[in-house]
Order: sequence, then structure tokens, then C-alpha cells
Amino acid sequence: MTPVTSAPARIILICSGKGGVGKTTLTANLGIALAKLGERTTVLDADFGLRNLDLLLGLENRIVYTAQDVLSETCRLEQALVKHKQQPNLSLLPAGNPRMLEWLTPEDMQKIVKLIAAQADYVLIDCPAGVEQGFKNAAMASQEAIVITTPEISAVRDADRVIGLLNTMNVAPVQLVLNRVRPKMVANQDMLAVESVTDILALPLLGLVVEDEQVIVATNRGEPLTLNGSATAAGKAYHNIAKRLRGEDVPLIDPSKERKGLRARLMNKLRQSGLF
Amino acid sequence: MALLDFIHRLLGLQKPSATTAKERLQLVLAHDRSDLNPELLEQMRREILEVVQKYVEIDIDGGDVSLATEDRVTALVANLPIRRAKIGPAQQRPSPPEDTSSPSAARESSSAEHPSEAPTADPTPVDALDAASPAPSEGPPDHGEDTSSAKDHEEAAIQGNT
Repeated sequence: MTPVTSAPARIILICSGKGGVGKTTLTANLGIALAKLGERTTVLDADFGLRNLDLLLGLENRIVYTAQDVLSETCRLEQALVKHKQQPNLSLLPAGNPRMLEWLTPEDMQKIVKLIAAQADYVLIDCPAGVEQGFKNAAMASQEAIVITTPEISAVRDADRVIGLLNTMNVAPVQLVLNRVRPKMVANQDMLAVESVTDILALPLLGLVVEDEQVIVATNRGEPLTLNGSATAAGKAYHNIAKRLRGEDVPLIDPSKERKGLRARLMNKLRQSGLF
Repeated sequence: MALLDFIHRLLGLQKPSATTAKERLQLVLAHDRSDLNPELLEQMRREILEVVQKYVEIDIDGGDVSLATEDRVTALVANLPIRRAKIGPAQQRPSPPEDTSSPSAARESSSAEHPSEAPTADPTPVDALDAASPAPSEGPPDHGEDTSSAKDHEEAAIQGNT
């Protein structure tokens, strides 16, 4: 077993309120990206009713034990942690299995997170959707949080609710990731602008991820985009988020520059020239 | 974007949907964050207007009490156009009774203090109100109905971080 280093692990909740905005995708990609940067990272799937993090990481066939088995001392933590083959710095722990009927208690959650944190640099908790007990348990075990949202009013509204709850639970800092931005629609004023969302939620922007079909391809394969370089727009964005999380100063991508078409570039030039 | 939408927008008939989305969000979040339902807000609006009406004559139809939100701080914003100040017995400042008997020239300006001399609106205090708010008109100050354009904003932060 590797010796435990002195620096305490960062315990980060990844939450959104609304389902389907990209919590699990962010957790998987961020986990891989941090592991690649040499950080010992454990991702904890706090949603056991509808757990999916194992699928996104391609680890679904290797789960034997869950956090519950560790708590009931059926197995040791090392046995329950599923190591990623290509990125051994990354391991996954599911909180429970879908047959479980009750949530873990907040105390259980805190206990298991403490155990994981003792041998990791980063603990990423993939939070269940909603603002009920599952969210509260996960939040109570976390120190800081990343709220992820898309530029849609329903997602932003739910994110706002989550941010309010995190504030009352003393989870800080809370940072924002804006997911699935469509630059063309933003340019046409048919999608909320990045500044509109950050203004409304009043959170520092940790990252911006443009809509990218490759995310679906990666999910199909169980190989997060960050696993294979950063050739895709979303993959690059996730890598940048990992770097910023570690304190590196990486400038945000400008969504309008992501449009690589000749017409788009020409339009940008024209706009910059001030003729219009 | 559909062609019809594009034409509408070009003609200025329709706001961009992102603008609509932002406005709707800001409104709904102001209510979410303060936990005030529209009914309660309406009740509060009525009571605020009643209090304000005791002191100034306001344009009820032009009045607006709403929630606004900025930087996660929700504020109650009342926009109440003032027609004129109400100077009557109900509103006089507490003044010592011997003042009425002292024949001082310096007291002329404070004639409003005498309930018998100023039973209804006195133009002087209305001017004072006008001066405090952005000038409503460029011409010489008209007394009476014209002062209704003077608007005062009353803002009261009712909630901190939610």
C-alpha cells in the first residue's frame, strides 16, 4: 500500500439539482484528468438507486463490493475500490447497489468519505439529482462543490436552489461549470449567454464545456474523453477544469472562437472591424 | 431560427428568446430565493401603499412593488410616483405650541407647520421633493399636477444571502 501523504484530500461534491445536465460525465472526465495529472483520485457514486458512473468509466463489470459492504465490514476499503486499468491513480467506489431500499445515513456517508480521503488527493462525489436526502447526505460529507448547469432556465433555476442549500450547509467554495453551450445559438441570442448565467448564479466560473457529440460516443464506449488526449472540444474543456481545480491559471475558452467554419471566422473579423 | 422568427426579430416585433429566458429566470429566482408567494407580495404591496399614502399622494396605478435580485441578494423594490406631498394635520411635525404666538420673520418659510394656514397641499414641500429626485421637466417648476412625474425609488433589502 502506498504511504499516506500529509496533505489532506480535497473532498468535492459535483451536483446540479436537475438531472441529466452532465454531473456524472463531469465526474468521470474530471476523475480521469486529475489521475493523469498525477493526483490520487477516488470517485464516489453517491447515487446508488440510479448509479451510472461505473458505466461511464467502463468499470461496470468489475464492481464486487460497495461502500455499504465496507461500512458493514464485509470487506476492506481496498477490496471495494475499483481501480481503473489505464489510469491506476483513479478508483471508483459505488455507495450501494440498486437493490438497496434506503439511503445511507449522513453519518455513514461521512465515515466512508473520511476513509477514502485518508488515501487520496481528490475525492469527487457524484451527487444524486434532486435536493432531497441523497443530496443532503452527499453535501454533508463534502468540503467544497462544483455546481454544473446548462444554459437552460430549468437547469439554472435548480442550480440556484442547490447553491442556496450549499450555502446554508457551509460547503465552500462553490464553483460553476457551464455545460453543453452551443456557441451558434448564443450568438443568435437563442441561448442564455455565459455572462447571464454567471451573473444570475453569482458563482466563479470554473469551466465552460461546449456541446460535443463526442461525449455520447465516449459514453457508448465507457472511455471518458479525457482518457485519450484532448483532441475534442469537450475533452479539452474537462482537462482545463482539472488544471484550474489544482490552481493553474488556464484561460477560459471563448465559445465564439470554437466555431471554426470559414463563414464564422469571416463574420468575426467583420464584427471586430467595427463596420457593423 | 425559423424564418418567421427571424423576420419578427428584424422588425423588432419579438425579443430574442435568450432575453426572455433571462427575464423569466430573474423573476422566478427572486421569488424562489425569498420564499414570498405572489399573494403575500400583493398583501405587502397594499400595506406599503397605505403607509406611503399617509404622507404623500401617490399614483396608485403607476406604482409597482416587486422583487429584484442581484448577486444573490434579493431586494424589494418599490417604484411609487409621487403626485404631491400631503401636508395636513395628520402629518405635522411636533412643534412646541408657543411657536404659534412668536411673530418671527424667520418662521415664514415653515408656514406648513400651522395647520390652519396649510390645510391641503402646499407647493413648497413638493418643490423640495422634486429637487431630491432627478428633474422631471426643464421648464420653470410648475406646481400642482405636473409634479406627478417625479418618481421616487424606495429600496429595501429584505433578504441577504438565501
